[in-house]
Amino acid sequence: MDLLDNLVFGFTVAFSLQNLAYCFVGVLLGTLVGVLPGIGPLVAIAMLFPLTFSLPAVPALIMLAGIYYGAQYGGSTTSILVNLPGETASAVTCLDGYQMARQGRAGPALAIAAIASFFAGCVGTLLIALVGPALGEWALLFGAAEYTALMLMALVASAVMSQGDAVKGLAMVVLGLLIGVVGTDVNSGMARYAFGVPALSDGVGFTVMAVGLFAVAEIVVNLEQRESREVYTSRITGLMPTAKDLKDSSWPMVRGTAVGAFFGVLPGTGPALSSFATYMLEKKLARDPSRFGRGAIEGVAAPEAANNAAAQTAFIPMLTLGVPATATMALMLGAMTMQGIEPGPHVMLAKPELFWGIIASMWIGNLMLVILNLPLVGVWIRLLRVPYRWLFPSIIMFCCIGNYSVNNNEFDVYLCALVGVLGYVLLKLECEPAPLILGYVLGPLLEEYLRRALLISRGDPTVFFTRPISLAFMIATVFILAIMVAPAVRRKREEA
Amino acid sequence: MNFDLRHNTDILAGLLFILIGGLAVVIARDYPMGVAARMGPGYFPTMLGGILCLFGVYIVARGIRSGEQVKGQWAWKPLALIALSIVLFGFLMDRFGIVPALVAVFFVSALAGHEFRFKETLFLTLVMGAFAVGVFFYGLKLPYPLFGW
Repeated sequence: MDLLDNLVFGFTVAFSLQNLAYCFVGVLLGTLVGVLPGIGPLVAIAMLFPLTFSLPAVPALIMLAGIYYGAQYGGSTTSILVNLPGETASAVTCLDGYQMARQGRAGPALAIAAIASFFAGCVGTLLIALVGPALGEWALLFGAAEYTALMLMALVASAVMSQGDAVKGLAMVVLGLLIGVVGTDVNSGMARYAFGVPALSDGVGFTVMAVGLFAVAEIVVNLEQRESREVYTSRITGLMPTAKDLKDSSWPMVRGTAVGAFFGVLPGTGPALSSFATYMLEKKLARDPSRFGRGAIEGVAAPEAANNAAAQTAFIPMLTLGVPATATMALMLGAMTMQGIEPGPHVMLAKPELFWGIIASMWIGNLMLVILNLPLVGVWIRLLRVPYRWLFPSIIMFCCIGNYSVNNNEFDVYLCALVGVLGYVLLKLECEPAPLILGYVLGPLLEEYLRRALLISRGDPTVFFTRPISLAFMIATVFILAIMVAPAVRRKREEA
Repeated sequence: MNFDLRHNTDILAGLLFILIGGLAVVIARDYPMGVAARMGPGYFPTMLGGILCLFGVYIVARGIRSGEQVKGQWAWKPLALIALSIVLFGFLMDRFGIVPALVAVFFVSALAGHEFRFKETLFLTLVMGAFAVGVFFYGLKLPYPLFGW
């Protein structure tokens, strides 16, 4: 059986001592950073991925993936203990998780969150292994027109589905595409928007964008308000959930996984929307909906399963099509490109050790998280008391060194400060940075495919509508735009 | 109706998009356009700049109607200090080595916080600085001088 062979192959890659070690380091660092207040997976990846520069591609990506789900996991720990989601995906967990903690049931809440995440992680990993190759094979049929349409769909979806205003989201996508244009044009060799600066002829660095938009801008936003954190530090007595807890949360876990796995693949929705959707679903299905928001264990199990499943399945379009569905995946894609891997369906064939190794290491990483986190909860709680005034200068330090180390060039550091300022202004104007980073990452590819598609069709734009797969993507794009206009969805998003 | 420019999110965001999009189009006029079948380097950016302007116009128009206000205060001082600390790092790194650059990062960025405590910042600089030097210079062996002058 192919699947089994491939998985075994993946595990032999992932179980090498080196890769295990990097997976462990990634998971540990990710959790450590994710637990710290105000730092979500995006910032964690942006901040830590310069650490992976000197590594070969496989361990580097394994470590980054570890950082990603470690940070995700750390976010749920803080949601439960201090009502402070590290990122939007775990915001829903706050509702019931924090209430459980206040009722002295922090232990079971954490344990259920861990079990739900692990379960969802296993299913997610299996799904990638199952769906990935099929999708990849299908994608080999894609020509330039199909890719152009697919990217267009992903970009529009990311703008419309992400939080905040859809029109501004679309504008941010275009702005991101423009920033992606900066640098030497591959076809003509002409430097565009370089303003005579040699460093700009290579384009705006990926680290510069990631760190500036997600770390620097975020810190300034956090500095607007005074520190006020209620750390709920009652002793955690007994981690073990009761048999009833387990029984109550088993179906929500399964449903959450299903919802999350579905949303994870869709562009633009990602973990945040999936955990919200599954919470609403559980509330509808519950016999006594009024328990939700007052410490219902289903309200922890379902969203935690959903956001972890979504976090895993989000890898599917990124690894198989080379089209990231979320900002975090855009960062992973950028990291891959920096490692010299051109993303797309051929990655699976040309570099099977990368594809299957990452998948296997995800499962191992999820297991490590469970083993690592439950006993270490005490340590994480202590980390929560680190005051922000110690944290943010340290984050800035990492950002500076990271940016400098890419090209050993001071210009990148200056540019990062500028992007940070731009990012802050945009955040204040309620323009979400996620669509921008997706546009930025996909920009050069989109231009290339657009050029190629129109070159082949001799400038005839109907090429996008006459080829069936391309047409399907175009119809989907129009459909997504239609959703944007529908007021009901807009209202739902505001509730979220 | 609300024309208060400094606080209207939509008007400000729209103007920013128009500005950037407009600049992109103007600068791209120096690049050969080509035609759809054979796009020159100017084709794609000109198209994007134009679209960005259109979105900007729409957002401004919407802002005039809705008049939604910027939430909270603008944190200009922290923004300036954080940006300055990053710029200083780059500047000092190339000329004076990593140690002075790190000291600058910590002291300038810490000023952006709500309370600045000299001893704490000094301690933080020492601990985190030593950690960074350990990881990046002894661990990852990046070739930077500790003191460069």
